[in-house]
Amino acid sequence: MPDFSLADAVRPDFPVLSREVGGHPLAYLDSANTSQKPRAVIDAMSEFTALHNANVARAMHTLGGEATAGFEGGRAKVAAFVGGRPEEIVFTKNASEALNLAAHTLGQHLRLGPGDEVVISVMEHHSNIVPWQLLCERTGATLRWFDITDDGRLDLARAEAEGLFNERTRIVSLAWVSNVLGTVNPVVELAARAHAVGATVVLDAAQAVPQLGVDVAASGADLVAFTGHKLLGPTGIGVLWGRYDLLEQLPPFLGGGEMIEIVTLERSTYAPPPARFEAGTPPIIQAVGLGAAVDYLTGVGMERVRDHEAAITAYALERLASVEGLTILGPTELVDRGGAISFTLAAADGTDVHPHDLMQFLDARGIAVRGGHHCARPLHKRLGRVASTRASGYLYTTPDEIDRLAEALVYTRDFFSGVARVR
Amino acid sequence: MSVEQMYQEIILDHYKEKHHAGLRNPFEAEVNHVNPSCGDEVLLRVHLDGDTVADVSYDAVGCSISQAATSVMTDLVIGRRITEAMAIAAAFAEMMHGQGRVAGDEDVLEDGIAFAGVAQFPARVKCALLGWSAWKDATTQALASTPTPQSTDTTDPTDTTDKEDS
Repeated sequence: MPDFSLADAVRPDFPVLSREVGGHPLAYLDSANTSQKPRAVIDAMSEFTALHNANVARAMHTLGGEATAGFEGGRAKVAAFVGGRPEEIVFTKNASEALNLAAHTLGQHLRLGPGDEVVISVMEHHSNIVPWQLLCERTGATLRWFDITDDGRLDLARAEAEGLFNERTRIVSLAWVSNVLGTVNPVVELAARAHAVGATVVLDAAQAVPQLGVDVAASGADLVAFTGHKLLGPTGIGVLWGRYDLLEQLPPFLGGGEMIEIVTLERSTYAPPPARFEAGTPPIIQAVGLGAAVDYLTGVGMERVRDHEAAITAYALERLASVEGLTILGPTELVDRGGAISFTLAAADGTDVHPHDLMQFLDARGIAVRGGHHCARPLHKRLGRVASTRASGYLYTTPDEIDRLAEALVYTRDFFSGVARVR
Repeated sequence: MSVEQMYQEIILDHYKEKHHAGLRNPFEAEVNHVNPSCGDEVLLRVHLDGDTVADVSYDAVGCSISQAATSVMTDLVIGRRITEAMAIAAAFAEMMHGQGRVAGDEDVLEDGIAFAGVAQFPARVKCALLGWSAWKDATTQALASTPTPQSTDTTDPTDTTDKEDS
């Protein structure tokens, strides 16, 4: 019997998990979208706001010092959490902004132009597609991508046959863990192969950092983007980690206060990283909250978080596979697989119950899932689906919530099959 | 309101058997409207005959609400004068944006009245309006492109808002 005790141990720490939705206890299965927040994070932000609020760096008074200590303390905690150095942690608004920062500055630094190639994959989130499309439009570079196999893995053989990595490849940007399929990509191996042809490697680790616990330095990547709110932290803060020697060479992204050394009206010189990339007042309270979030996860132990995620995902895969008419998109076994499970559900006549309809029925039973294309339309097109429904757990997810999901899916399928319809 | 009440039999019937589905000729305007959050999509053609909506044909994928609403819309506008049909569209939109407080007139909205409950679910309102907004757009384009309707069968494929959520 797998051990699910972590969920019961941590649930009291998450106030929202004790609320009801539509007269039912909330079953929050949308953590790949955003995670819920423990009391420690809420309290840290509340206390900072109440007692230590000031602007950072530029405010020289006592509160300014406390605010700076809180903000930079958050940076140091995040750095330690992912195996980087504090000066390698750039705070952004979210993972999307981190990836846009990467695309803009790398494009300029590498003097990307016609003939150059940027490689992504068909399983990327829109935020790891659109910035590279825009970069290629600006520079005339060519965007290429990995296809996937039928079981939802990167098609490495096809990439090899097509010469996807070659001397023209300048940037490779890939999801560490798919937000739809749950697939964990072999990023260490791919980073090594990309480096072998001289490319710079960017990873979208938005799903990996919360679930796996990562070592950015050991990943072999040059830049790694992730976000705070999927990591028990608040919204409004994302992270771009970069190898310091690369960050040092990158030009600024956004211009403004705190990112400069000397400004004249004609030109400016720029601060060293990470300040160079943090124009304007940064997400100060959010950095304090994110610091508390990684402290909380470290206190629990990322190994336990990972083990629980694996156990609950295995349970959900098995439970969902038993629902007639349900098809899981992506790997159905727990090998190199994260916690997001996307699926479609067919009614008796063989037509899929649309994810929006499904989501509505689940919500009426207090079960929160995501229905849609999960910001991965090219992937859904590749899979021949308009949309799917996604359930995603985290350290607080219980097998009981998975059971309720499975039962509600059966009910909804029967409703749309005309079996359980109420007039 | 329970979810079962929201999903009225009328809605499910239209969803299972969509009226006027499929793409037909002739037409003066063709539009493609998308719900960026879920990828629901409707490709819709309008054929005008003078000041009358002669035909509305479409190819659509999406949830039961968007599909049924599009089906009901075609019942309501085909054969009507454009001004009348636009007034029905406005009445339907008013009900859908009413957050459940606008009852809607069954004499005007006919099967469309079944969507009154959907108006209480803000996230689903745009599902119900997808086909309607496509029809209004296509009709406006048809009127603009053909000062003398019926004179030509010009195709005006317009890929409208295809932005994605993030």
